[in-house]
Amino acid sequence: MNVKSFIKKYTMVIALVVVFIFFSWWTDQKLLLAQNLSNLLIQNAYVLVLACGMLMCILTGGNIDLSVGSTVCLIGAVAAQMLSKNNIDPIFVILLCLLISVVIGMWQGFWIGYVHIPPFICTLAGMFLFRGIGRKILDSKTIPIQQADGTTGKKFLDIFSSYIDVPGLDHSWTIQAEGRNVEVKLSAFIAGIVIAVALIAITVINRAKKAKKGYKQESAVAQFGKILVIDALILAYTWKLSLHKGIPVMAIWVLAVVLIYAFITSKTAFGRYFYAVGGNEKATKLSGINTKMVYFMAYTSMSLLAGLSGLLVAARVGSVNGDTGNSFEMDAIGSCFIGGASAYGGSGTVGGVMVGAILLGVINQGMSIKGLDNNWQYVVKGGVLLVAVIFDVVSNKKTGKAG
Amino acid sequence: MAEFILEMKKITKEFPGVKALDNVNLQVRPGEIHALVGENGAGKSTLMNVLSGTYPYGTYTGDIVYNGETCQFKTLHDSEEKGIVIIHQELALIPELSIGENMFLGNERKGLFGIDWDKTYHEAGEHMRQVGLKEEATTLIKDIGTGKQQLVEIAKALSKNVKLLILDEPTSSLNEEDSKMLLDLLLGFKKEGMTSIIISHKLNEISYVADKITVLRDGSTIETIDNTDHNIDEARIIRGMVGRELSDRYPSREHNISDKVGLEVSGWTVHHPIYTEKKVVDNVSFNVHRGEIVGFSGLQGAGRTELAMSIFGRSYGTNVSGKIKIDGKETELKSVRAAIEAGLAYVTEDRKGNGLILSESIAKNTTMARLEKVCGKGIINFDKENAVAEEYKEKLKTKTPSVQQAVGNLSGGNQQKVLLAKWMYADPEVLILDEPTRGIDVGAKYEIYCIMNDLVSQGKSVVMISSEMPELLGMCDRIYVMNEGKMVAEMPAAEATQEKIMSAILQSDKN
Repeated sequence: MNVKSFIKKYTMVIALVVVFIFFSWWTDQKLLLAQNLSNLLIQNAYVLVLACGMLMCILTGGNIDLSVGSTVCLIGAVAAQMLSKNNIDPIFVILLCLLISVVIGMWQGFWIGYVHIPPFICTLAGMFLFRGIGRKILDSKTIPIQQADGTTGKKFLDIFSSYIDVPGLDHSWTIQAEGRNVEVKLSAFIAGIVIAVALIAITVINRAKKAKKGYKQESAVAQFGKILVIDALILAYTWKLSLHKGIPVMAIWVLAVVLIYAFITSKTAFGRYFYAVGGNEKATKLSGINTKMVYFMAYTSMSLLAGLSGLLVAARVGSVNGDTGNSFEMDAIGSCFIGGASAYGGSGTVGGVMVGAILLGVINQGMSIKGLDNNWQYVVKGGVLLVAVIFDVVSNKKTGKAG
Repeated sequence: MAEFILEMKKITKEFPGVKALDNVNLQVRPGEIHALVGENGAGKSTLMNVLSGTYPYGTYTGDIVYNGETCQFKTLHDSEEKGIVIIHQELALIPELSIGENMFLGNERKGLFGIDWDKTYHEAGEHMRQVGLKEEATTLIKDIGTGKQQLVEIAKALSKNVKLLILDEPTSSLNEEDSKMLLDLLLGFKKEGMTSIIISHKLNEISYVADKITVLRDGSTIETIDNTDHNIDEARIIRGMVGRELSDRYPSREHNISDKVGLEVSGWTVHHPIYTEKKVVDNVSFNVHRGEIVGFSGLQGAGRTELAMSIFGRSYGTNVSGKIKIDGKETELKSVRAAIEAGLAYVTEDRKGNGLILSESIAKNTTMARLEKVCGKGIINFDKENAVAEEYKEKLKTKTPSVQQAVGNLSGGNQQKVLLAKWMYADPEVLILDEPTRGIDVGAKYEIYCIMNDLVSQGKSVVMISSEMPELLGMCDRIYVMNEGKMVAEMPAAEATQEKIMSAILQSDKN
């Protein structure tokens, strides 16, 4: 692979590195503080989760779901009300919330997939509908996450917004770091080491398997080089996490969603259908693939993730109000397009979308550390989105992909 | 007047990695019809794009001398100003606009305030008369057939005051009748002194209209053949195109038709999806034996594609009724999936629109109709998928550097092979091929015929829908003729002739 194609393939990764280095320098390395890096993940958890679902919608042909932010609000409202008014087991609340979000998704998926209502309009209607219902449920108030007896909804918060704490392991070591005494949460770093080693092991095993069958291989240098870079990042990041409270439970939720969606889109026949529908719907239909079901599933999964996001956000903020989830859909859509999903559908990867989401997150975080007001963040976000899409369209034109 | 109206000298055009044109020369005399022939990828379209300014001056080397002056066209607009108009294979008309609006698109007849509609439609009407198009200028493009749309394109060219008309495969989507009309129109323009360049794969048409034939092969000019008396031997042109004699255009095969009937359709009726009272297919019955190639002839709009698609899991039409028997067993094919599982495959006539995902790789397209065959528990085995794609690439002699190549980057003939591979991998017992050789060159056609022969020798049944009668006569065992949704004739290929088929169609029109 020459330099040119390397740059082309990893444009957004390179952009992320450049932006990250820039903000690290600009904020006098405050961005690199353990607390900030940990918050980067927690504050953007909802975008990462939503972007996975949004990618599935976009793959089917550049279709988006505008109702996501409203669904987040509605589900948050249901969760907050149920936890506070009735003394119900939080586990039951969570399951019921996820069930409601699936029903919302099926509602939209039905109209879009089987009745051919344009997604833009159908989800615009959903955006008003669910926001309104959500506000009605909240009775126009801000409802804190707490149990009926007045205690905080501890079990609920434990499930979504606590930190992993292994007794015995996590309180035994204190070091001097970042100019203060820190109790090192070793569990985070150990998890990092385990993941890093596992990645190398999987790569080695896969290569051996391929060699045995005589299949074509990626070059060893390139493949192991890539793995080593990823491993180094994992180790560095988990070390930082271990310097600040350890692994956030939210990270596990995000990681689970991202891995599942990455697996579905890249390895399964079911995932392949989304790309096929976006690439050429008529040809897909004539290949015996149920295209209606593909649309249906895209919007059902999107709402499920919106529901999960609602719970994550409610737990992180600790309360829900009528504006919760406002314009979340735009963050998710923006992440997808910045991350290289095609506005015409048919191409885009979970990995790319994650890079897009993190890029937006770094910009937000860097600017708020620097104390710039919110309005500037919008300006910069808009600029980045436009540049990314222009780049995508122009580079596709050169290779003759877009009309 | 100069001897040549157009001279292209030593044109060389390179794309990253390929030399599409290598020192090509072309000389066109005023008032002649000059044909440009060659296999797919020989560089015909590229040469015309250089001429029209689609590839601007500076991206190629060599000179274009037009009417005695050296031209440096930077845009399409520059060449149109000089009276050079190109009509592409894929028509560039907007379906939702009227004929008149399309004709003056980008060249609107302006009045004092905005567009002068009276003038627009009046002038449009005049140009339409010139091309013999009997429609209202206010009719929408989507409401007229492909043949008439082609005429609108030509009328549009006339409105631009065309001196040199370039037609890229003008008849590829027309039936014989419309084609003949178009070619005669060109001959008429010739009498009035217009010069045309025509790109075509249909050698009989070229022999009919062209005065000179320039043959391109692999980006170089091979020869220019004189055809002033319009009686050139087609084999002579083919020799130039492929560099060797194609002794037989249709590969021979042993006729081993089994007694077993692979597919039997009876009393098949299909209604139009929107105008539901209209019968697109009307009480049609036919059968195909195992080991047999059956042809479907007819004019465009005869209902052949609609028949095939409605059989294939009801992917066309409403109120479909009739019986289907596969291997003697009656089945109901309610979805495409059911049809595929019952052993049916439909290879579409519209490979770009209905057949392939152009942005995806050859490998992914190959396995698309039967992805489960390379999956274990819903998880795709990529190594197996690639191995399958490689296997079919070898089998069908698809020309590509890798099966990871996006299908959109392949030439028409190779795209058609990928489409065939996709449906062969689905392992059907009955294949319905809809215009399998449309828009592809002689060499690739021959290879596709060989594949068809191979399939029937394995005991499969093949249905071939084609608008090219010689192809049906050369390949089929039996030929059905359809007209206006009805089956009007059935004849063994050995007894069939083009005249018989045409008269069957014309006879039925009278009733």
